[in-house]
Amino acid sequence: MIQEFKSKGKKYLIGLVWLFLLLWPLLGINADGTLTFVKAFSVWLYIVCASMIVVTIYIIHKKGLTLKLTKPLSSARNKIYAYTASMPKPLLFSIIGIIAFLFPFFTERYAQDVAINVLIYICLGLGLNIVVGMAGLLDLGYIAFYGVGAYTYALLNTFYGISFWLSLPIAAGFSGIAGCIVGYPTLRMRGDYLAIVTLGFGEIIRIVFNNWMQLTNGPNGILGIKPPSVIIPNFTNGFSLEYLYLKKLHYLYYVALILAIFTIIVVARLSASRIGRAWEAIREDETAAEMMGVNTFSLKLLAYAAGAVLGGIAGSFFAARMRFVSPESFTFIESAMVLSMVVLGGMGSIPGIILGVIALIALPEVFREFELYRMLAFGASMTLMMLFRPKGIIPSKRMGVRSEEKEE
Amino acid sequence: MEYFIQQLINGLTLGGIYALIALGYTMVYGIIQLINFAHGEFFAAGGYMGVILLSFLSANGYLATYPWLCLSGAIILSMAYCSLLATGVEKIAYKPLRKSSRLSVLLSALGMSIFIQNGLMLTQGVYDKAYPTIFSQGGFDFGNIKVSYMQIVMLLITILLLILLNLLVFKTRIGKAMRATAQDKTMSSLVGIKSDRIISLTFIIGASLAAAAGIMVGMYYGSVGYTMGFVPGIKAFAAAVLGGIGNITGAMIGGFLIGMIEIFGAGYISSEYKDVFAFIILIGVLYFMPTGIMGENIDDTRV
Repeated sequence: MIQEFKSKGKKYLIGLVWLFLLLWPLLGINADGTLTFVKAFSVWLYIVCASMIVVTIYIIHKKGLTLKLTKPLSSARNKIYAYTASMPKPLLFSIIGIIAFLFPFFTERYAQDVAINVLIYICLGLGLNIVVGMAGLLDLGYIAFYGVGAYTYALLNTFYGISFWLSLPIAAGFSGIAGCIVGYPTLRMRGDYLAIVTLGFGEIIRIVFNNWMQLTNGPNGILGIKPPSVIIPNFTNGFSLEYLYLKKLHYLYYVALILAIFTIIVVARLSASRIGRAWEAIREDETAAEMMGVNTFSLKLLAYAAGAVLGGIAGSFFAARMRFVSPESFTFIESAMVLSMVVLGGMGSIPGIILGVIALIALPEVFREFELYRMLAFGASMTLMMLFRPKGIIPSKRMGVRSEEKEE
Repeated sequence: MEYFIQQLINGLTLGGIYALIALGYTMVYGIIQLINFAHGEFFAAGGYMGVILLSFLSANGYLATYPWLCLSGAIILSMAYCSLLATGVEKIAYKPLRKSSRLSVLLSALGMSIFIQNGLMLTQGVYDKAYPTIFSQGGFDFGNIKVSYMQIVMLLITILLLILLNLLVFKTRIGKAMRATAQDKTMSSLVGIKSDRIISLTFIIGASLAAAAGIMVGMYYGSVGYTMGFVPGIKAFAAAVLGGIGNITGAMIGGFLIGMIEIFGAGYISSEYKDVFAFIILIGVLYFMPTGIMGENIDDTRV
């Protein structure tokens, strides 16, 4: 026991010294030719204190002293789980649905704005989930399809004045085609190579958006996109139909809600279907799946296209809501964000991904003062999550051990 | 013709940079089959260390009197800094995950990359940092062909580092141990090679080469920014794949080729799409000959 603490403590101390060595040159060597220690030391001291607290909690936890605290908590959690599991599913869904429906009545603009963001990212996360979580193909350029959807609606609307609802299927179709074009040459590869090639394709699509001045107006973006509209009957002068543009935020919230619910239903149905099972077979062991008669290539392409279609729908809505698109919204870091939502939440599990999206979009809004440190914490939490809970917050039920792992 | 030769020289300079970064990717991939996503960030950290050290030295007036000494000192120190950074990243983010699935290692690498990038941003500021001028802007003129002093210095440093690396890998005991570990980790540890130490060493070598490349890029373009690691990182990865990933000579050749392709593509086809060429090469190589030029043996799980 003591031996273990000694070796661990030594490692911990070396780690702290190492951290100081890394921090000091960044903060202590000044461009005016002076050396300072105070700034680096104070930052370092903060980190040391924080890590001390974590380590103390860890030691207490290891010794079993927290059992008194965690036991009632975990039993309460289990009770909630059991209760929700025993509830009939339609009831549970309708409760969530009613809460989501009533949300704008009790909240401010700001909260609605965040909620719309959450809903868009739920669409994106679930779309990526088809590719990464279900079919097991790591895609780092997913945001490109979001961009294709956004630009399709933006261009159709500004050039031809086509309405949101009409261009939604067109945008979805274009993104699906883009997905097939990207997927066809890349899907022969596996694992890491696939990841890096999809990243390359994502960048290519963004560079094209950025440079095709005649069509996309380059880095300046496209302005003046119309929001979604609905046709309502007007009874003031007899009977007539007229367009109402949904400019108000809470109307947009409902559009986003409809799209998110649509996406959830599609993904849930797909995952329960024959195709979903085939995807999971490919994820678990591609060679074995092929042996069993699964047409791996076309199914992988289908997964890609399906993910792209959902991304494109989300993208169209994004364009309609912002009323402005520019290539800057579709950078690699957005792909990484969506991917980490999927991974943090738990690949392949729909409630997990919804939770992951809420954790990554809504939580940073709560800690608004630490805005600067947001991406730093995000990167660190991605690594820590992989180290301590690689299956995500709510792991998928049907997730086996990957064939590569067994070989090692 | 003169334009062609001018582009060739520019391509060589840029290609040397890509070769230096690509070596880090290829060595790490060769030894633990991992795409080190944070590698581009080592390159950026090297660039930042260079600007910090050189502006410190220039403010104290040393840079004007001993430019060569200051430059080599800055390069060596920033190489040391990036080695320190790389060992830490390897110990924290990669070593505990060596037995888990590739996806989780890749994501943990991605997380580290974002972390370092934002760490640099928070400590060094959002805006680009300007490099102090070390060498005069002039150069040699051969007719219409211009070769700046900076380009010559860069090429010399690159070639020196590449020769040193070749000597280390192919002529020393450590190099032999590295090659053995890359071939078979279990077998090499059975004959007494400490594979963990070799893996750390690989990360250190790769990161220090990237750091040197970072300083040179900073001096060449005159400034560094915290996002500078991403695009060169991908291009260098393309170079490593082009040369045959895991193959050191291949990465050098691939780096120079990618540099040339980019410069010639920008010069003769379109300068707006210059970033696209490397990606197209990457996709084309992976599609048509995934083993690359030097033909490293790749099994089913890798591609």
